[in-house]
Amino acid sequence: MLREGEVRIPSGCAISGIFSKKGKMLNGRSIIDSIATMHDRSNGLGGGFAGYGIYPQYKDAYAFHIFYDNTSAKLACEKFIDKHFDVINLSKIPTKKVAAITNEPIIMRYFVKPLPNRLKESQLEENEFTVQCVVKINTTINGAYVFSSGKNMGVFKAVGYPEDVGEFYRLDEYEGYCWTAHGRYPTNTPGWWGGAHPFAMLDLSIVHNGEISSYDANRRFIEMFGYKCTLLTDTEVITYIIDYLHRRLGFSFTEVSEIIAAPFWDTIESMKPEDRERLTYFRNAFSNMLITGPFSIMVGFDGGLMALNDRLKLRSMVVGEKDDMVYIASEECAIRVIEPNLDKLWSPKGGEPVIVTLEEGLK
Amino acid sequence: MKRIFVNEEWCLGCHLCEYNCAFANTVSAGKSKANEMAKALKGKKIFPKIQVEENDGIYFAVSCRHCTDPLCVKGCIAGALSVKDGVIEIDQDKCVGCYTCVLSCPYGAIMPAEDGHVAQKCELCTRNSCGSPACVAGCPNNAIVFEER
Amino acid sequence: MDYQYPEFEVVRNADRCIGCRACERQCANEVHYYDADLGKMMCDESKCVNCQRCVTLCPTRALKIVKSDNTFRENANWTMENIKEIYKQAETGGVLLSSMGNPKPLPVYWDKILINASQVTNPPIDPLREPMETRTFLGQKPTEVKRDENGKIVNNLSSQLKLEVPIMFSAMSFGSISKNAHESLARAAAELGTYYNTGEGGLHKDFYKYGPNTIVQVASGRFGVHKEYLEAGAAIEIKMGQGAKPGIGGHLPGTKTVGEVSRTRMIPEGSDAISPAPHHDIYSIEDLRQLVFSLKEATEYKKPVIVKIAAVHNVAAIASGIARSGADIIAIDGFRGGTGAAPTRIRDNVGIPIELALASVDERLRQEGIRGNVSIVVGGSIRNSADVVKAIALGADAVYIGSAACIAMGCHQCRACHAAKCNWGIATQRPDLVKRLNPDVGYKRLVNLVEAWNHEIKEMMGGMGINSIESLKGNRLMLRGVGLNEKELEILGIKHAGE
Repeated sequence: MLREGEVRIPSGCAISGIFSKKGKMLNGRSIIDSIATMHDRSNGLGGGFAGYGIYPQYKDAYAFHIFYDNTSAKLACEKFIDKHFDVINLSKIPTKKVAAITNEPIIMRYFVKPLPNRLKESQLEENEFTVQCVVKINTTINGAYVFSSGKNMGVFKAVGYPEDVGEFYRLDEYEGYCWTAHGRYPTNTPGWWGGAHPFAMLDLSIVHNGEISSYDANRRFIEMFGYKCTLLTDTEVITYIIDYLHRRLGFSFTEVSEIIAAPFWDTIESMKPEDRERLTYFRNAFSNMLITGPFSIMVGFDGGLMALNDRLKLRSMVVGEKDDMVYIASEECAIRVIEPNLDKLWSPKGGEPVIVTLEEGLK
Repeated sequence: MKRIFVNEEWCLGCHLCEYNCAFANTVSAGKSKANEMAKALKGKKIFPKIQVEENDGIYFAVSCRHCTDPLCVKGCIAGALSVKDGVIEIDQDKCVGCYTCVLSCPYGAIMPAEDGHVAQKCELCTRNSCGSPACVAGCPNNAIVFEER
Repeated sequence: MDYQYPEFEVVRNADRCIGCRACERQCANEVHYYDADLGKMMCDESKCVNCQRCVTLCPTRALKIVKSDNTFRENANWTMENIKEIYKQAETGGVLLSSMGNPKPLPVYWDKILINASQVTNPPIDPLREPMETRTFLGQKPTEVKRDENGKIVNNLSSQLKLEVPIMFSAMSFGSISKNAHESLARAAAELGTYYNTGEGGLHKDFYKYGPNTIVQVASGRFGVHKEYLEAGAAIEIKMGQGAKPGIGGHLPGTKTVGEVSRTRMIPEGSDAISPAPHHDIYSIEDLRQLVFSLKEATEYKKPVIVKIAAVHNVAAIASGIARSGADIIAIDGFRGGTGAAPTRIRDNVGIPIELALASVDERLRQEGIRGNVSIVVGGSIRNSADVVKAIALGADAVYIGSAACIAMGCHQCRACHAAKCNWGIATQRPDLVKRLNPDVGYKRLVNLVEAWNHEIKEMMGGMGINSIESLKGNRLMLRGVGLNEKELEILGIKHAGE
């Protein structure tokens, strides 16, 4: 059977997210409880989490989480890392034995900073340098896979049901102001740990439920800008598009949502002139980054979280609020289980982004 | 009221309107138009109520214009011609074949019928089984149109 | 020795023929005639080109045209066609002329590509109940974002073409086709929100009013090109080549260079209008760049410039050069593209299929990261809406249709355009024939055709779960090949069915 990345695999999913606008540090336990409620939306072939604000002691260093198939891959990769980065700390990511999680690879964590001379030589800015190094590892070092590379955030994923994955990684020992989770229902996969979600690039992490129909149009376009879609998953291509639009072109997340889930022409034509002009421009100039087909995504980024549905809203997604807390999930039950008394609960319209950020001065 | 208009710019002089007219005003009950038309018209001289005039490469199909103030009706000595809902009709039972109408029509749109005893004219296919003018439906180039102007 | 038995036979059903003589009046080739002595219709089938005009107009369905069964001794190598052509050339010493697209049984890749549809994991979308968008913009796309001092986004797009349907009418010159055909195309383009193309014969004064839906062409003969002409259109197309006859220029026989055609082309009446094979100011890619910018300067950068090339062997490299030449759009014409007249050998043997050319150009431009520099328009036998969907999924932004448009106006592909006696009033300048195409009828039929295709495109898109044409563009995962070998699949960039 072909491994993830050699074949495109459609999957359905569950997603959940928790965010504290006041930057309260939340234990990883509640996100496990939330995603566990939607057990039936996954099939045990992939689960994962992203936590933000979890590494305050190393917040200026990139935290690389890496899977190794074997020690030779580890040696080759560590050689590469040493050549390009100053390693501030390295360790195995602590895990605990869970019966349902098997075949684990070697899972390592490195806190790194680009070597100043290397960075200068490359003529790139720090983020781009790091991205290119990560892509290099993932595409050229056989058996090594960097699955998390942001600052003060981390992705934890595995093959299994998400609640088991959460236990496995001992998430109740981490605290963050934002958590997202993903339970996967792929229709055909041998189950590879790297293929589980969230998919992350620097501090951008994405959990996604859906199967986009624009996949290959998006993939073939974004690959022009130096990205390589090695996993052939929607999440990967969506991440690259958001990274390109937000980090490289400088679009705000609202603007990003206007490009990837652009309103229909009919809607645009009834808008006031300024909006009409902007959206017409977006749909012309960035038409190749329009994403169609069903998706509900949650994009975690440094200091914020965006949730977005495809423009027809072909996937469920609800948002709940209580004081400074924002909860987003595929199903209402996943919110109620951790916060039964909500101030507000609604279902955002297709293409209408929900963006929450830390309050002023907290980031 | 809708009338038949002919645009000579698009008239090709193919004369199909004449044959369609002649066929429209025969009694037919067959299954295939092609067969019925052959049966009705084969080997016969036709007497269509629309006729293509041609000269020097210009073609123009002529049929009754259904004038609002028709000279033919005024001149009819037998009361055979009348205007009904804007359509000028001829009652061939009343017609005495004096051909005053043939002479008085400035367009040459009324002519003797096949038997030579009465006049005939276009009645917009209101009195045959076509429902709408057959010349219009059969024109290959939209040169003959049935419309309000 | 030069006697050739007629290619077609006219079969008349004597029981049905009513002697209305419509066939006789409608045949410009003078096949039919009435014999007063015999009192019946007769014919000289040696003149018949099988245009089907008489068959179509016969009110009693008394006529049909069949292929003659007169045969030479069978030979798979020396086919009758090969032998007859030798007789013709032995007699005349001339180059064989043909019209319309390559009729040879070479592979049609469109027919070996299949389209995907959604099942279970992703819902199909119903175009009758949900919005389904086919609007397309052609032109260069920016790679940078510009903002004003208030952070507001500034529109930094160069001039673009806006299409409500991803289908345009390809270049057919006034001269090669009639004024009524041009009027039909112009009016249809205006109603459909798309564009027609003047071809290389200039723009008739009466049609300047359709300028917003007109692409004006500049070809090597520069017929009818002047400042006002360039300013009249919405875009300017530099014609470097044509799929039906790559490597040679346009051919308009003197019989078609009459009256308004000669005036519009600005050449003497009756003269053969033979465009030079190259543009004599373009012997290399850097020269093309200069012409692109000359035209942009002349029109103050208000019009996108299209460069049209024939699909030839190294089309990808050529396209890459064009994408860096300042051109906004590349039009690629495949070897099945039609023509009003071309040397038979060239039409039938030069160039490559558009499917392969498109796939390799799109992939090459992406590899080089310059796909956004240009839009790609393809033509050269787009026969139906499925061909359009496949072309867009392979990577085209829009398509050009020429033969299909002619067929909508009545063409029966008799491939005798070069004889200038088109019985359907399309490829002729004889006034009595030209009037057979009433633009009121012609334009409506074109509108109907494109609207019908657009409905079908929407149905197919909906099936794939796509509700906007931009998500289909280059979406090769939506295609699968059948009966194609590894190399063909590799060039097309698609998987085999079942994979």
